[in-house]
Amino acid sequence: MDAIILQVLNGLDKGSAYALIALGLTLIFGTLGVVNFAHGVLFALGAFCAVTLQAFFSASFSTVDESRTDFLGNPLKVEVPYVEAWFGETVGGVLIDWSVPLAILLAIPVMAVVGIVMERGLIKHFYKRPHADQILVTFGLAIVLQQIIKYFFGANPIPVPAPDAFRGSFDFGVMLGFDPFTIIYPYWRLVYFGFAAVIIGGIFAFLRFTTFGMVVRAGMADRETVGLLGINIDRRFTIMFGLAAVVAGLAGVMYAPIVAPNYDMGMNFLVLSFVVVVVGGMGSLPGAVLAGFLLGIIESFASMGAVIALIPGINQVIIYLVAIIVLLVRPRGLMGRKGVMED
Amino acid sequence: MLGLNRKDLTLFLVVLGLVVFAPFLLNPFPDASGLARFNAGYPDLMQRFVIFGIFAIGFNILFGLTGYLSFGHAAFLGIGSYAGVWMMKLLTVNIVPAIIASTVIAGLASLVIGFICLRRSGIYFSILTLAFAQMSFALAYSVLTPITAGESGLQLSLSDPRILDGAAGNSIPAVNFFGITMRDGFDWAMGGWVFTFNFGYYFCATLMLVAFYLSIRIFRSPFGMMLRAVKSNQQRMNYTGLNPKPYTLAAFVISGMYAGLAGGLMVAVDPLAGADRMFWTASGEVVLMTILGGAGTLIGPVLGAGMIKYFENIFSRLNERDLNAMFDFLPDGLQGAAVAVAQMFVGDGWLLTLGLMFMLVVIFLPGGLVEGGQRIARLFRRKRPARRGPDSDRRSPQPSPHPGE
Amino acid sequence: MGILEVKDVNKRFGGLQALGNVNLSIAENSVHAIIGPNGAGKSTLLNCLVGKLIPDTGSVLFDGQSVLGRKAHEINQMGISRVFQTPEIFGDLTVFENVMIPCLAKRDGPFRMHAYEHMMDEADIVAQAAAMLDEVNMTDKRDMHAASLSRGDKRRLEMAMCLVQQPRLLLLDEPTAGMARADTNNTIELLRQIKQSRPITMVIIEHDMHVVFSLAERITVLAQGSPLVEDVPENIKGHPKVQEAYLGHAA
Repeated sequence: MDAIILQVLNGLDKGSAYALIALGLTLIFGTLGVVNFAHGVLFALGAFCAVTLQAFFSASFSTVDESRTDFLGNPLKVEVPYVEAWFGETVGGVLIDWSVPLAILLAIPVMAVVGIVMERGLIKHFYKRPHADQILVTFGLAIVLQQIIKYFFGANPIPVPAPDAFRGSFDFGVMLGFDPFTIIYPYWRLVYFGFAAVIIGGIFAFLRFTTFGMVVRAGMADRETVGLLGINIDRRFTIMFGLAAVVAGLAGVMYAPIVAPNYDMGMNFLVLSFVVVVVGGMGSLPGAVLAGFLLGIIESFASMGAVIALIPGINQVIIYLVAIIVLLVRPRGLMGRKGVMED
Repeated sequence: MLGLNRKDLTLFLVVLGLVVFAPFLLNPFPDASGLARFNAGYPDLMQRFVIFGIFAIGFNILFGLTGYLSFGHAAFLGIGSYAGVWMMKLLTVNIVPAIIASTVIAGLASLVIGFICLRRSGIYFSILTLAFAQMSFALAYSVLTPITAGESGLQLSLSDPRILDGAAGNSIPAVNFFGITMRDGFDWAMGGWVFTFNFGYYFCATLMLVAFYLSIRIFRSPFGMMLRAVKSNQQRMNYTGLNPKPYTLAAFVISGMYAGLAGGLMVAVDPLAGADRMFWTASGEVVLMTILGGAGTLIGPVLGAGMIKYFENIFSRLNERDLNAMFDFLPDGLQGAAVAVAQMFVGDGWLLTLGLMFMLVVIFLPGGLVEGGQRIARLFRRKRPARRGPDSDRRSPQPSPHPGE
Repeated sequence: MGILEVKDVNKRFGGLQALGNVNLSIAENSVHAIIGPNGAGKSTLLNCLVGKLIPDTGSVLFDGQSVLGRKAHEINQMGISRVFQTPEIFGDLTVFENVMIPCLAKRDGPFRMHAYEHMMDEADIVAQAAAMLDEVNMTDKRDMHAASLSRGDKRRLEMAMCLVQQPRLLLLDEPTAGMARADTNNTIELLRQIKQSRPITMVIIEHDMHVVFSLAERITVLAQGSPLVEDVPENIKGHPKVQEAYLGHAA
């Protein structure tokens, strides 16, 4: 029992990331009718927002600390981050420590601008083009963005630590009444799950309870009619694209402490997120979320030592296998509607 | 002749000429000159031209004719490669069984994968093929290590059984075609030029010509017409008493076999099969080759494959020193800046160039080079009355709006 | 016993009774029109005839065989062709190829792999297609891309694609919808010629009374999912029940 709970918990963080990316993909897909192969790179861009901010806060200069000496007896040279010099050691230290959550503030405007520029500058011209062209152009864009990240940040993963307060793990098992040390769970993963839940809830509430959201949902159901009603659907769709980019970016920011950001992380997540979207049912927002968590948890179970011992490498392919089975049994996905993108 | 009409025959003979005389045509600059780096007439690169030509010709049968955009064709390339190496390990280092096995096994794999993926169309299909390719990559890279040798790649070894040509000797015999090794050939020095004639290249080139010929036959056959009908209007097809599914699946399998053949030839010229050739970038590359040349045209994929492989070769070999030399004519400050910018695009940055090319072609030239050529030709022909002919070489690469939109 | 027998067909969509106890018998080699106000269930009925929808109850027999649950291409192979409201043709292909494809489908069935023959070597198919184009006066346009044809020519081409298969039953779904008067009259003329030149049964679903009364030999009026009256055109004109269905009770 405790082992099962542990695997479910382990699946939550990856599942959250899948769900957030898939949610953005579905939003773009449902509203604009565009399959965005560059969406995974937006996730990576978010993660690199965290990398950038941490690097920015940690930028330091050398100074000589007269009060201390190194092992040769000379005065000790120390690196002092600028932020500590400017704002004092306490505030500066907090800034550096909390750079990942703070990067959210950076990522929101950056990702919104990236998303809006992408939509206005490129995607907009592809609404009337065949789907194949949309896929191809966003695929090219994904390669370009990925290479730009590589140019600036290099090919190696860059670890980004979480704030001190959330570093380390806690014994979740004891809290649930199991033996100690059966369910050890890192704090940050719990934070990530909570964060994802808040964003997902926020998006659903936004679509449900605001006029804007109502129009977007109407547009997802029948774009032409909404356009005929005299509502400027284009502007709203631009905003939706920006929003989806922000969601992907935030998913990336907070994911940075879990897996060190790497320039090609976006594409790996994208392929899996597509699978998530297809399993969930194209065009279905709840489907995307459900399938995201489901596949994350399934993947986590497949990564258990006992399972791998039985079927080596199953963790690498389980998601695809599940996707194939789902599509064979339910070609429309778990919660897909009839007639979405079936032309 | 050959069952082709005059236009197609001319096209075929042009390609034949280009392929046969490639060692000359691709070496226009004398060896000693500074421009020699832009030569492409050496065996390794020429082999890649024709092998990827085969890959792209096959991909075009699926994408160009039916419009089904597969993002996973590199999987069949990889499967073909592994099958080829295994044949060499188990049977003989003669490449014939290897190439046959590559084609057949890739064909079987594409039958299974195609059957599943073709349950859906459009975007779903693209995503499913991409997922299958990534799964194949993961399988080859880590899960099936006993079969694929994982990260290090599958290669020949002394302990191979090689049932047909025995395991005698202290060294692995060279891969050959009935005794002629793929490396055989001769150099021909003439003036400042050295032309290399390599058996491996001509072997692959022959197969490419066969592949190209078959693709012309398919394009002009009733079957090819049905494939274009699949792309044009499946609803009408259904109500005309035709079942689009088996047609599309047949196209998928044919293109998978072409990919397998290309994979087999890759290991025939260099008996090493690695998982990286199944990666999604490899699938993307063949898509780019096809659209760069012109999807749905006969010659397009061959041109596209040649172009991409040529630029890949040139760009990825350029380094900082070359760039400095190139921008030498600029004043110092500008030179530095130009080199810094250009560096993003060369060497490891080749992928960036590839991505940009991808975008530019899709945005500005959806019909590819063939359409570009036709546009230019039309400019020169303006004065004559516009000809409305069957225009049979170019099949609707133009962005056609969705029916009913 | 007609060539097409619809018996006790019912179809519900949620709470809506789209078709209620539809019974139809269409005589071989007749022209039968199905008319009715909007929402009368004409399209639903048509979709049941071509296998796109499966009725909740009842049967649809073509020449004694059920068409229910069959795929569109199987139904076509039984001898039923269909003309759509907006012409469905192969826009990327030439006019001639558009006509060749149905010929091949008729000869070779739903799938056959001729990947090596040249399509122009299929002498019988080429001759058939050429003769058909000649009959609809489109020989001069044979090498044009079908997408670049005028609306009227697209309709003509679609008819040619159906007729070249020598179907026993031709279903026409509002063949003149959205057409100008002149085009409509041309289409009527074309349909008349077709009818005179070969044995064929036509079922026309149509709004335009001009078309219906120019062509139909029998008319079924559908209202609220059920057949109201079935009779010869002369008796339909001025039939009080029909007026009521179209104009409401106020009439």
